[in-house]
Amino acid sequence: MRWPCEQDMNTIGSHNETHAETTTPASWEPKIIAFVCNWCTYTGADLAGTSRLKQPPQARLIRVPCTGRIDPLFIIKAFESGADGVLVSGCHPFDCHYNTGNFHARRRWTLFRALLDFVGIDSARLHFSWVSASEGKKWVDVITKVVRDVRARGPFQAYRTINRRFAFPPYITDHGEEREGAPEKTKESAHA
Amino acid sequence: MPEVAAIAKDLLERGVVKAVIGYAAAGPNRTRPFIARTAEQANALVFNRHALNNLAVFLTRRRKPVAGPVAVVAKGCDVRALIMLMQEQQVRREDVHIIGVTCGGVASSMGTPWSVETAAPKCAHCRFHTPHLYDSLAEGTEEVGPLPDRSGERIKELEALPPDERFAFWAEQFSRCIRCYACREVCPICSCEQCVADKNQPQWIDRSPTSRGNFAWNLVRAFHLAGRCIGCNECERACPADIPLSLLNRKLAMTALEEFHYIAGTDPAAPTLVGTYDKTDRQDYIA
Ligand code: SF4
Ligand code: SF4
Ligand code: SF4
Repeated sequence: MRWPCEQDMNTIGSHNETHAETTTPASWEPKIIAFVCNWCTYTGADLAGTSRLKQPPQARLIRVPCTGRIDPLFIIKAFESGADGVLVSGCHPFDCHYNTGNFHARRRWTLFRALLDFVGIDSARLHFSWVSASEGKKWVDVITKVVRDVRARGPFQAYRTINRRFAFPPYITDHGEEREGAPEKTKESAHA
Repeated sequence: MPEVAAIAKDLLERGVVKAVIGYAAAGPNRTRPFIARTAEQANALVFNRHALNNLAVFLTRRRKPVAGPVAVVAKGCDVRALIMLMQEQQVRREDVHIIGVTCGGVASSMGTPWSVETAAPKCAHCRFHTPHLYDSLAEGTEEVGPLPDRSGERIKELEALPPDERFAFWAEQFSRCIRCYACREVCPICSCEQCVADKNQPQWIDRSPTSRGNFAWNLVRAFHLAGRCIGCNECERACPADIPLSLLNRKLAMTALEEFHYIAGTDPAAPTLVGTYDKTDRQDYIA
Protein backbone atom coordinates (compact mmCIF):
# COMPACT_ATOMS: atom_id res chain seq x y z
CA MET A 1 0.00 0.00 0.00
CA ARG A 2 1.24 3.50 -0.74
CA TRP A 3 -0.23 6.63 0.72
CA PRO A 4 -1.82 8.70 -2.02
CA CYS A 5 -0.07 11.79 -0.75
CA GLU A 6 3.43 10.39 -1.05
CA GLN A 7 5.66 11.66 -3.78
CA ASP A 8 9.18 10.91 -4.82
CA MET A 9 11.81 12.92 -3.09
CA ASN A 10 14.70 14.66 -4.75
CA THR A 11 17.79 12.65 -4.24
CA ILE A 12 21.38 13.74 -3.91
CA GLY A 13 22.82 14.92 -7.19
CA SER A 14 21.86 17.25 -9.95
CA HIS A 15 19.02 15.36 -11.55
CA ASN A 16 15.66 14.88 -9.99
CA GLU A 17 14.70 11.21 -9.91
CA THR A 18 10.97 11.56 -9.84
CA HIS A 19 10.31 8.22 -11.45
CA ALA A 20 11.91 4.94 -10.61
CA GLU A 21 13.87 4.24 -13.76
CA THR A 22 13.45 0.77 -15.11
CA THR A 23 16.59 0.84 -17.20
CA THR A 24 19.99 2.15 -16.26
CA PRO A 25 20.75 5.23 -18.37
CA ALA A 26 24.15 5.30 -20.03
CA SER A 27 25.09 8.41 -18.08
CA TRP A 28 24.40 6.82 -14.71
CA GLU A 29 27.19 6.95 -12.18
CA PRO A 30 26.95 5.32 -8.78
CA LYS A 31 26.67 7.57 -5.74
CA ILE A 32 28.77 6.30 -2.89
CA ILE A 33 28.68 7.74 0.60
CA ALA A 34 31.81 6.95 2.59
CA PHE A 35 31.77 7.44 6.34
CA VAL A 36 35.39 7.74 7.33
CA CYS A 37 37.09 8.40 10.63
CA ASN A 38 39.09 11.55 11.09
CA TRP A 39 42.27 9.92 12.31
CA CYS A 40 42.89 7.12 9.84
CA THR A 41 40.81 6.74 6.71
CA TYR A 42 40.16 10.44 6.11
CA THR A 43 43.85 11.11 6.44
CA GLY A 44 44.59 8.07 4.27
CA ALA A 45 42.24 9.36 1.56
CA ASP A 46 43.89 12.76 1.89
CA LEU A 47 47.26 11.13 1.38
CA ALA A 48 45.95 9.45 -1.76
CA GLY A 49 44.96 12.90 -2.98
CA THR A 50 48.23 14.63 -2.14
CA SER A 51 50.15 11.71 -3.68
CA ARG A 52 48.12 12.30 -6.86
CA LEU A 53 46.93 8.69 -6.98
CA LYS A 54 44.16 8.18 -9.49
CA GLN A 55 40.87 7.29 -7.81
CA PRO A 56 37.23 7.14 -8.86
CA PRO A 57 35.38 10.38 -8.10
CA GLN A 58 31.99 8.86 -7.20
CA ALA A 59 32.49 8.77 -3.45
CA ARG A 60 31.34 11.57 -1.16
CA LEU A 61 33.34 11.42 2.04
CA ILE A 62 31.76 12.23 5.36
CA ARG A 63 34.28 12.69 8.13
CA VAL A 64 33.37 11.55 11.63
CA PRO A 65 35.53 11.55 14.74
CA CYS A 66 35.64 7.77 15.08
CA THR A 67 34.07 4.65 13.59
CA GLY A 68 32.39 4.25 16.95
CA ARG A 69 30.49 7.45 16.13
CA ILE A 70 28.90 5.92 13.04
CA ASP A 71 25.35 5.19 14.05
CA PRO A 72 23.66 2.71 11.70
CA LEU A 73 21.06 5.46 11.26
CA PHE A 74 23.69 7.29 9.20
CA ILE A 75 23.72 4.39 6.78
CA ILE A 76 19.94 4.30 6.52
CA LYS A 77 19.93 8.06 5.99
CA ALA A 78 22.48 7.70 3.22
CA PHE A 79 20.27 5.22 1.38
CA GLU A 80 17.27 7.46 1.97
CA SER A 81 19.18 10.35 0.47
CA GLY A 82 19.82 8.44 -2.72
CA ALA A 83 23.10 6.61 -2.14
CA ASP A 84 23.61 3.53 -4.29
CA GLY A 85 26.29 2.22 -1.97
CA VAL A 86 27.86 3.00 1.39
CA LEU A 87 31.39 2.51 2.64
CA VAL A 88 32.30 2.65 6.30
CA SER A 89 35.98 2.86 7.09
CA GLY A 90 38.24 3.59 10.02
CA CYS A 91 41.43 2.73 11.88
CA HIS A 92 42.74 -0.82 12.00
CA PRO A 93 42.02 -2.78 15.19
CA PHE A 94 44.47 -1.79 17.97
CA ASP A 95 45.07 1.51 16.14
CA CYS A 96 41.96 3.44 17.14
CA HIS A 97 42.69 6.97 18.30
CA TYR A 98 40.25 6.35 21.15
CA ASN A 99 41.53 2.79 21.71
CA THR A 100 38.21 0.91 21.55
CA GLY A 101 35.89 2.79 19.17
CA ASN A 102 36.52 0.47 16.25
CA PHE A 103 36.09 -2.67 18.37
CA HIS A 104 32.65 -1.51 19.46
CA ALA A 105 31.80 -0.50 15.90
CA ARG A 106 32.85 -3.87 14.50
CA ARG A 107 30.34 -5.68 16.68
CA ARG A 108 27.55 -3.38 15.63
CA TRP A 109 28.44 -3.77 11.96
CA THR A 110 28.27 -7.54 12.15
CA LEU A 111 24.73 -7.31 13.53
CA PHE A 112 23.62 -4.48 11.27
CA ARG A 113 24.91 -6.21 8.17
CA ALA A 114 22.94 -9.32 9.04
CA LEU A 115 19.80 -7.23 9.49
CA LEU A 116 20.22 -5.36 6.21
CA ASP A 117 20.91 -8.60 4.40
CA PHE A 118 17.74 -10.10 5.89
CA VAL A 119 15.59 -7.20 4.67
CA GLY A 120 17.08 -7.60 1.22
CA ILE A 121 19.72 -4.87 1.02
CA ASP A 122 22.42 -6.56 -1.02
CA SER A 123 25.71 -6.71 0.89
CA ALA A 124 27.46 -5.48 -2.27
CA ARG A 125 25.98 -2.07 -1.43
CA LEU A 126 27.46 -1.85 2.03
CA HIS A 127 31.22 -2.13 2.46
CA PHE A 128 33.54 -1.91 5.43
CA SER A 129 37.28 -1.41 5.57
CA TRP A 130 40.22 -0.52 7.74
CA VAL A 131 42.44 2.09 6.10
CA SER A 132 45.19 3.76 8.10
CA ALA A 133 46.58 7.26 7.63
CA SER A 134 49.56 5.93 5.69
CA GLU A 135 47.56 3.65 3.39
CA GLY A 136 46.76 6.03 0.55
CA LYS A 137 47.18 3.16 -1.88
CA LYS A 138 44.85 0.90 0.05
CA TRP A 139 42.22 3.64 0.08
CA VAL A 140 42.38 3.83 -3.71
CA ASP A 141 42.02 0.05 -3.97
CA VAL A 142 39.09 -0.04 -1.56
CA ILE A 143 37.13 2.78 -3.13
CA THR A 144 37.79 1.41 -6.62
CA LYS A 145 36.39 -1.96 -5.59
CA VAL A 146 33.36 -0.37 -3.93
CA VAL A 147 32.55 1.67 -7.02
CA ARG A 148 33.01 -1.39 -9.22
CA ASP A 149 30.73 -3.56 -7.05
CA VAL A 150 28.02 -0.93 -6.80
CA ARG A 151 28.21 -0.16 -10.49
CA ALA A 152 27.68 -3.83 -11.22
CA ARG A 153 24.46 -3.75 -9.16
CA GLY A 154 23.15 -0.64 -10.88
CA PRO A 155 21.11 2.14 -9.29
CA PHE A 156 19.50 1.23 -5.98
CA GLN A 157 15.98 1.26 -7.45
CA ALA A 158 14.50 -0.83 -4.68
CA TYR A 159 15.19 1.84 -2.07
CA ARG A 160 14.05 4.56 -4.47
CA THR A 161 10.63 2.97 -4.67
CA ILE A 162 10.09 3.39 -0.95
CA ASN A 163 11.87 6.72 -0.89
CA ARG A 164 8.88 8.98 -0.71
CA ARG A 165 8.07 11.95 1.38
CA PHE A 166 4.83 13.30 2.64
CA ALA A 167 3.35 15.95 0.37
CA PHE A 168 0.03 17.37 -0.62
CA PRO A 169 -1.92 15.26 -3.09
CA PRO A 170 -2.69 16.83 -6.48
CA TYR A 171 -5.70 19.11 -6.24
CA ILE A 172 -8.15 20.72 -8.65
CA THR A 173 -8.11 24.50 -8.82
CA ASP A 174 -11.21 26.71 -9.13
CA HIS A 175 -10.56 26.72 -12.86
CA GLY A 176 -10.66 22.95 -13.08
CA GLU A 177 -6.90 22.48 -13.55
CA GLU A 178 -5.01 19.76 -11.74
CA ARG A 179 -2.13 21.16 -9.70
CA GLU A 180 0.54 19.69 -7.46
CA GLY A 181 1.99 21.13 -4.27
CA ALA A 182 0.38 23.12 -1.48
CA PRO A 183 -2.85 24.90 -2.56
CA GLU A 184 -2.23 28.56 -3.26
CA LYS A 185 -4.00 31.00 -1.02
CA THR A 186 -6.61 32.99 -2.88
CA LYS A 187 -7.74 36.38 -1.63
CA GLU A 188 -11.07 34.91 -0.55
CA SER A 189 -9.64 31.94 1.32
CA ALA A 190 -7.03 34.13 3.01
CA HIS A 191 -9.78 36.27 4.49
CA ALA A 192 -12.27 33.49 5.08
CA MET B 1 4.69 -26.72 43.99
CA PRO B 2 2.41 -23.97 45.32
CA GLU B 3 0.06 -21.95 43.14
CA VAL B 4 0.85 -18.37 42.10
CA ALA B 5 -1.99 -16.98 44.24
CA ALA B 6 -0.75 -18.71 47.40
CA ILE B 7 2.77 -17.33 47.01
CA ALA B 8 1.44 -13.85 46.24
CA LYS B 9 -0.84 -13.91 49.28
CA ASP B 10 1.98 -14.91 51.55
CA LEU B 11 4.27 -12.16 50.22
CA LEU B 12 1.61 -9.49 50.61
CA GLU B 13 0.58 -10.69 54.10
CA ARG B 14 4.14 -10.62 55.32
CA GLY B 15 4.62 -7.20 53.72
CA VAL B 16 7.65 -8.33 51.75
CA VAL B 17 6.36 -6.53 48.66
CA LYS B 18 3.98 -3.63 48.02
CA ALA B 19 2.26 -5.26 45.06
CA VAL B 20 2.26 -8.43 43.01
CA ILE B 21 2.08 -8.00 39.25
CA GLY B 22 0.43 -11.06 37.73
CA TYR B 23 -2.38 -12.32 35.56
CA ALA B 24 -6.12 -12.44 36.20
CA ALA B 25 -8.67 -14.38 34.19
CA ALA B 26 -10.50 -12.24 31.63
CA GLY B 27 -13.01 -14.37 29.78
CA PRO B 28 -12.63 -17.57 27.78
CA ASN B 29 -9.00 -18.29 26.84
CA ARG B 30 -7.95 -14.85 28.01
CA THR B 31 -6.03 -13.23 30.83
CA ARG B 32 -5.09 -9.67 31.59
CA PRO B 33 -2.31 -8.08 33.62
CA PHE B 34 -3.45 -7.59 37.20
CA ILE B 35 -1.77 -5.76 40.05
CA ALA B 36 -2.65 -7.19 43.45
CA ARG B 37 -1.98 -4.77 46.31
CA THR B 38 -3.67 -6.72 49.11
CA ALA B 39 -3.72 -10.38 50.13
CA GLU B 40 -7.41 -10.47 49.26
CA GLN B 41 -6.80 -9.21 45.74
CA ALA B 42 -4.12 -11.87 45.32
CA ASN B 43 -6.87 -14.50 45.18
CA ALA B 44 -7.64 -13.32 41.66
CA LEU B 45 -4.16 -14.21 40.37
CA VAL B 46 -4.00 -17.13 37.95
CA PHE B 47 -1.54 -18.70 35.55
CA ASN B 48 -2.47 -20.73 32.49
CA ARG B 49 -1.72 -21.14 28.79
CA HIS B 50 -3.27 -17.76 28.06
CA ALA B 51 -0.96 -15.75 30.30
CA LEU B 52 0.67 -14.09 27.29
CA ASN B 53 1.79 -10.69 28.55
CA ASN B 54 5.41 -10.14 29.41
CA LEU B 55 4.93 -8.41 32.75
CA ALA B 56 8.58 -7.35 32.98
CA VAL B 57 7.45 -4.25 31.08
CA PHE B 58 5.86 -2.98 34.31
CA LEU B 59 9.18 -2.90 36.09
CA THR B 60 10.94 -0.28 33.98
CA ARG B 61 11.21 3.12 35.60
CA ARG B 62 8.65 4.90 33.51
CA ARG B 63 6.00 2.21 33.84
CA LYS B 64 6.36 0.91 37.39
CA PRO B 65 2.94 1.09 39.07
CA VAL B 66 4.07 1.43 42.71
CA ALA B 67 7.22 2.64 44.41
CA GLY B 68 9.15 0.11 46.48
CA PRO B 69 9.63 -3.60 46.15
CA VAL B 70 7.21 -5.56 43.98
CA ALA B 71 6.81 -9.18 43.00
CA VAL B 72 6.23 -10.19 39.42
CA VAL B 73 4.90 -13.41 37.94
CA ALA B 74 7.31 -14.48 35.22
CA LYS B 75 7.57 -17.30 32.70
CA GLY B 76 11.02 -18.32 31.48
CA CYS B 77 11.01 -15.74 28.67
CA ASP B 78 9.79 -13.01 31.03
CA VAL B 79 12.61 -13.84 33.43
CA ARG B 80 15.03 -13.30 30.56
CA ALA B 81 13.56 -9.81 30.12
CA LEU B 82 14.05 -9.14 33.84
CA ILE B 83 17.65 -10.29 33.62
CA MET B 84 18.22 -8.10 30.57
CA LEU B 85 16.85 -5.13 32.53
CA MET B 86 19.26 -5.98 35.35
CA GLN B 87 22.15 -6.25 32.88
CA GLU B 88 21.28 -2.76 31.67
CA GLN B 89 20.90 -1.37 35.21
CA GLN B 90 17.21 -0.63 34.70
CA VAL B 91 16.04 -2.89 37.52
CA ARG B 92 17.85 -3.78 40.71
CA ARG B 93 17.80 -7.42 41.71
CA GLU B 94 16.89 -6.61 45.32
CA ASP B 95 13.87 -4.51 44.27
CA VAL B 96 12.03 -7.37 42.61
CA HIS B 97 10.78 -10.66 43.95
CA ILE B 98 10.49 -13.03 40.99
CA ILE B 99 7.67 -15.54 41.17
CA GLY B 100 8.85 -17.93 38.49
CA VAL B 101 6.29 -20.23 36.88
CA THR B 102 7.00 -23.39 34.96
CA CYS B 103 5.61 -22.93 31.46
CA GLY B 104 5.20 -25.52 28.75
CA GLY B 105 4.03 -23.01 26.15
CA VAL B 106 1.29 -20.46 25.66
CA ALA B 107 -1.34 -19.93 22.97
CA SER B 108 -0.39 -17.64 20.11
CA SER B 109 -3.01 -14.98 20.83
CA MET B 110 -5.68 -14.02 23.34
CA GLY B 111 -8.91 -15.89 22.84
CA THR B 112 -7.27 -18.75 20.94
CA PRO B 113 -7.77 -22.14 22.58
CA TRP B 114 -4.52 -23.92 23.43
CA SER B 115 -3.26 -26.79 21.31
CA VAL B 116 0.08 -27.85 19.87
CA GLU B 117 -0.93 -26.24 16.55
CA THR B 118 -1.95 -22.93 18.08
CA ALA B 119 1.07 -22.62 20.37
CA ALA B 120 3.00 -19.35 20.13
CA PRO B 121 5.94 -19.82 17.70
CA LYS B 122 8.42 -18.61 20.33
CA CYS B 123 7.60 -21.62 22.54
CA ALA B 124 8.93 -24.02 19.89
CA HIS B 125 12.53 -22.97 20.52
CA CYS B 126 12.25 -22.05 24.21
CA ARG B 127 15.13 -23.21 26.40
CA PHE B 128 13.72 -21.89 29.62
CA HIS B 129 10.52 -23.84 30.36
CA THR B 130 11.59 -23.68 33.99
CA PRO B 131 12.83 -20.16 34.74
CA HIS B 132 16.57 -19.92 35.40
CA LEU B 133 16.29 -17.20 38.04
CA TYR B 134 13.54 -16.83 40.64
CA ASP B 135 12.83 -16.23 44.30
CA SER B 136 9.85 -18.57 44.49
CA LEU B 137 8.77 -21.14 41.96
CA ALA B 138 5.06 -21.64 41.30
CA GLU B 139 3.10 -24.40 39.63
CA GLY B 140 2.48 -23.56 36.00
CA THR B 141 1.79 -25.61 32.89
CA GLU B 142 3.40 -28.83 31.71
CA GLU B 143 5.76 -29.22 28.81
CA VAL B 144 4.31 -30.97 25.79
CA GLY B 145 6.27 -32.70 23.03
CA PRO B 146 8.12 -30.75 20.34
CA LEU B 147 6.15 -27.83 18.90
CA PRO B 148 6.33 -26.82 15.22
CA ASP B 149 9.04 -24.18 14.71
CA ARG B 150 7.07 -21.92 12.38
CA SER B 151 9.21 -18.80 12.68
CA GLY B 152 12.43 -20.74 12.05
CA GLU B 153 10.96 -22.14 8.86
CA ARG B 154 9.73 -18.74 7.74
CA ILE B 155 13.19 -17.23 8.24
CA LYS B 156 14.73 -20.01 6.13
CA GLU B 157 12.15 -19.43 3.39
CA LEU B 158 12.90 -15.71 3.32
CA GLU B 159 16.64 -16.26 3.30
CA ALA B 160 16.30 -18.49 0.28
CA LEU B 161 14.72 -15.65 -1.73
CA PRO B 162 16.88 -13.35 -3.89
CA PRO B 163 17.63 -10.01 -2.11
CA ASP B 164 15.24 -8.01 -4.30
CA GLU B 165 12.30 -10.23 -3.42
CA ARG B 166 13.19 -10.08 0.26
CA PHE B 167 13.31 -6.33 -0.01
CA ALA B 168 9.93 -6.26 -1.71
CA PHE B 169 8.49 -8.53 0.98
CA TRP B 170 9.66 -6.29 3.83
CA ALA B 171 8.80 -3.07 2.01
CA GLU B 172 5.26 -4.36 1.65
CA GLN B 173 5.09 -5.46 5.29
CA PHE B 174 6.48 -2.17 6.62
CA SER B 175 4.24 -0.11 4.35
CA ARG B 176 1.31 -1.18 6.54
CA CYS B 177 2.90 0.26 9.68
CA ILE B 178 0.80 3.07 11.13
CA ARG B 179 3.55 4.21 13.51
CA CYS B 180 1.48 3.66 16.59
CA TYR B 181 4.67 2.56 18.42
CA ALA B 182 2.74 -0.17 20.21
CA CYS B 183 5.69 -2.45 19.49
CA ARG B 184 7.93 -0.09 21.43
CA GLU B 185 5.56 0.58 24.30
CA VAL B 186 4.90 -3.09 24.98
CA CYS B 187 8.57 -4.04 24.86
CA PRO B 188 10.18 -4.42 28.26
CA ILE B 189 13.60 -3.72 26.78
CA CYS B 190 12.63 -0.51 24.93
CA SER B 191 13.08 1.41 28.14
CA CYS B 192 14.59 4.61 26.71
CA GLU B 193 13.12 7.70 28.32
CA GLN B 194 13.13 9.34 24.91
CA CYS B 195 13.03 7.17 21.83
CA VAL B 196 15.09 8.16 18.82
CA ALA B 197 11.87 8.02 16.80
CA ASP B 198 10.47 10.88 18.91
CA LYS B 199 13.48 13.13 18.52
CA ASN B 200 13.23 15.85 15.92
CA GLN B 201 16.51 17.71 16.30
CA PRO B 202 17.89 16.19 14.21
CA GLN B 203 15.05 14.17 12.81
CA TRP B 204 16.46 10.79 11.91
CA ILE B 205 13.25 9.04 11.08
CA ASP B 206 10.30 10.54 9.19
CA ARG B 207 7.42 11.01 11.62
CA SER B 208 4.67 10.40 9.08
CA PRO B 209 3.82 6.81 8.17
CA THR B 210 5.43 6.98 4.74
CA SER B 211 7.06 3.95 3.18
CA ARG B 212 10.45 5.48 3.72
CA GLY B 213 9.93 6.42 7.35
CA ASN B 214 8.38 3.06 8.12
CA PHE B 215 11.33 1.23 6.65
CA ALA B 216 13.76 3.27 8.71
CA TRP B 217 11.69 2.93 11.89
CA ASN B 218 11.36 -0.81 11.66
CA LEU B 219 15.05 -1.27 10.92
CA VAL B 220 16.01 0.96 13.81
CA ARG B 221 13.66 -0.71 16.25
CA ALA B 222 14.98 -4.13 15.31
CA PHE B 223 18.59 -3.00 15.42
CA HIS B 224 18.26 -1.23 18.78
CA LEU B 225 17.12 -4.54 20.18
CA ALA B 226 19.95 -6.56 18.64
CA GLY B 227 21.53 -8.60 21.39
CA ARG B 228 18.91 -7.27 23.82
CA CYS B 229 15.62 -8.68 22.56
CA ILE B 230 14.73 -11.77 24.55
CA GLY B 231 12.15 -12.98 22.06
CA CYS B 232 8.91 -12.64 24.02
CA ASN B 233 7.21 -11.55 20.76
CA GLU B 234 5.01 -9.09 22.57
CA CYS B 235 5.84 -6.49 19.90
CA GLU B 236 4.40 -8.68 17.19
CA ARG B 237 1.33 -9.48 19.26
CA ALA B 238 0.74 -5.79 19.90
CA CYS B 239 1.23 -4.72 16.29
CA PRO B 240 -2.17 -3.79 14.82
CA ALA B 241 -0.78 -4.11 11.30
CA ASP B 242 0.32 -7.75 11.74
CA ILE B 243 3.90 -7.06 10.73
CA PRO B 244 6.03 -10.16 11.47
CA LEU B 245 8.43 -8.29 13.74
CA SER B 246 9.46 -11.49 15.46
CA LEU B 247 11.24 -12.65 12.32
CA LEU B 248 13.55 -9.63 12.42
CA ASN B 249 14.15 -10.08 16.14
CA ARG B 250 14.84 -13.76 15.85
CA LYS B 251 17.14 -13.30 12.88
CA LEU B 252 19.24 -10.91 14.98
CA ALA B 253 19.16 -13.25 17.95
CA MET B 254 20.37 -16.06 15.67
CA THR B 255 23.17 -13.81 14.43
CA ALA B 256 24.16 -12.96 18.01
CA LEU B 257 24.33 -16.65 18.81
CA GLU B 258 26.27 -17.64 15.70
CA GLU B 259 28.73 -14.77 15.71
CA PHE B 260 29.17 -14.09 19.40
CA HIS B 261 27.77 -17.17 21.18
CA TYR B 262 25.51 -14.78 23.02
CA ILE B 263 21.99 -15.34 24.31
CA ALA B 264 20.32 -12.25 25.75
CA GLY B 265 18.96 -12.39 29.28
CA THR B 266 20.71 -15.40 30.73
CA ASP B 267 23.16 -13.91 33.24
CA PRO B 268 22.43 -10.74 35.26
CA ALA B 269 26.15 -10.11 35.79
CA ALA B 270 27.18 -10.50 32.14
CA PRO B 271 27.92 -7.41 30.04
CA THR B 272 25.49 -6.65 27.24
CA LEU B 273 26.38 -7.75 23.73
CA VAL B 274 26.97 -4.36 22.14
CA GLY B 275 28.12 -2.76 25.39
CA THR B 276 31.33 -4.72 25.15
CA TYR B 277 33.62 -6.21 22.51
CA ASP B 278 36.15 -8.90 22.01
CA LYS B 279 39.48 -8.27 20.32
CA THR B 280 39.04 -11.44 18.30
CA ASP B 281 35.55 -10.63 16.97
CA ARG B 282 34.87 -11.70 13.42
CA GLN B 283 36.07 -9.30 10.73
CA ASP B 284 36.45 -11.34 7.55
CA TYR B 285 33.97 -9.05 5.76
CA ILE B 286 36.05 -5.93 6.50
CA ALA B 287 38.53 -5.07 3.76
S1 SF4 C 1 13.49 1.93 19.46
FE1 SF4 C 1 15.51 2.37 20.20
S2 SF4 C 1 15.46 4.50 20.92
FE2 SF4 C 1 13.36 3.76 20.72
S3 SF4 C 1 12.84 3.04 22.79
FE3 SF4 C 1 13.53 1.27 21.60
S4 SF4 C 1 15.69 1.12 22.05
FE4 SF4 C 1 15.04 3.16 22.66
S1 SF4 D 1 11.53 -6.62 20.75
FE1 SF4 D 1 9.60 -7.73 20.92
S2 SF4 D 1 10.23 -9.86 21.32
FE2 SF4 D 1 12.00 -8.57 21.76
S3 SF4 D 1 11.89 -8.13 23.94
FE3 SF4 D 1 10.83 -6.45 22.88
S4 SF4 D 1 8.66 -7.05 22.85
FE4 SF4 D 1 9.87 -8.89 23.32
S1 SF4 E 1 3.19 -1.86 16.39
FE1 SF4 E 1 3.24 -2.32 14.19
S2 SF4 E 1 2.10 -0.63 13.24
FE2 SF4 E 1 2.62 0.05 15.31
S3 SF4 E 1 4.58 1.15 15.07
FE3 SF4 E 1 5.09 -0.98 15.58
S4 SF4 E 1 5.38 -1.98 13.58
FE4 SF4 E 1 4.27 -0.07 13.21
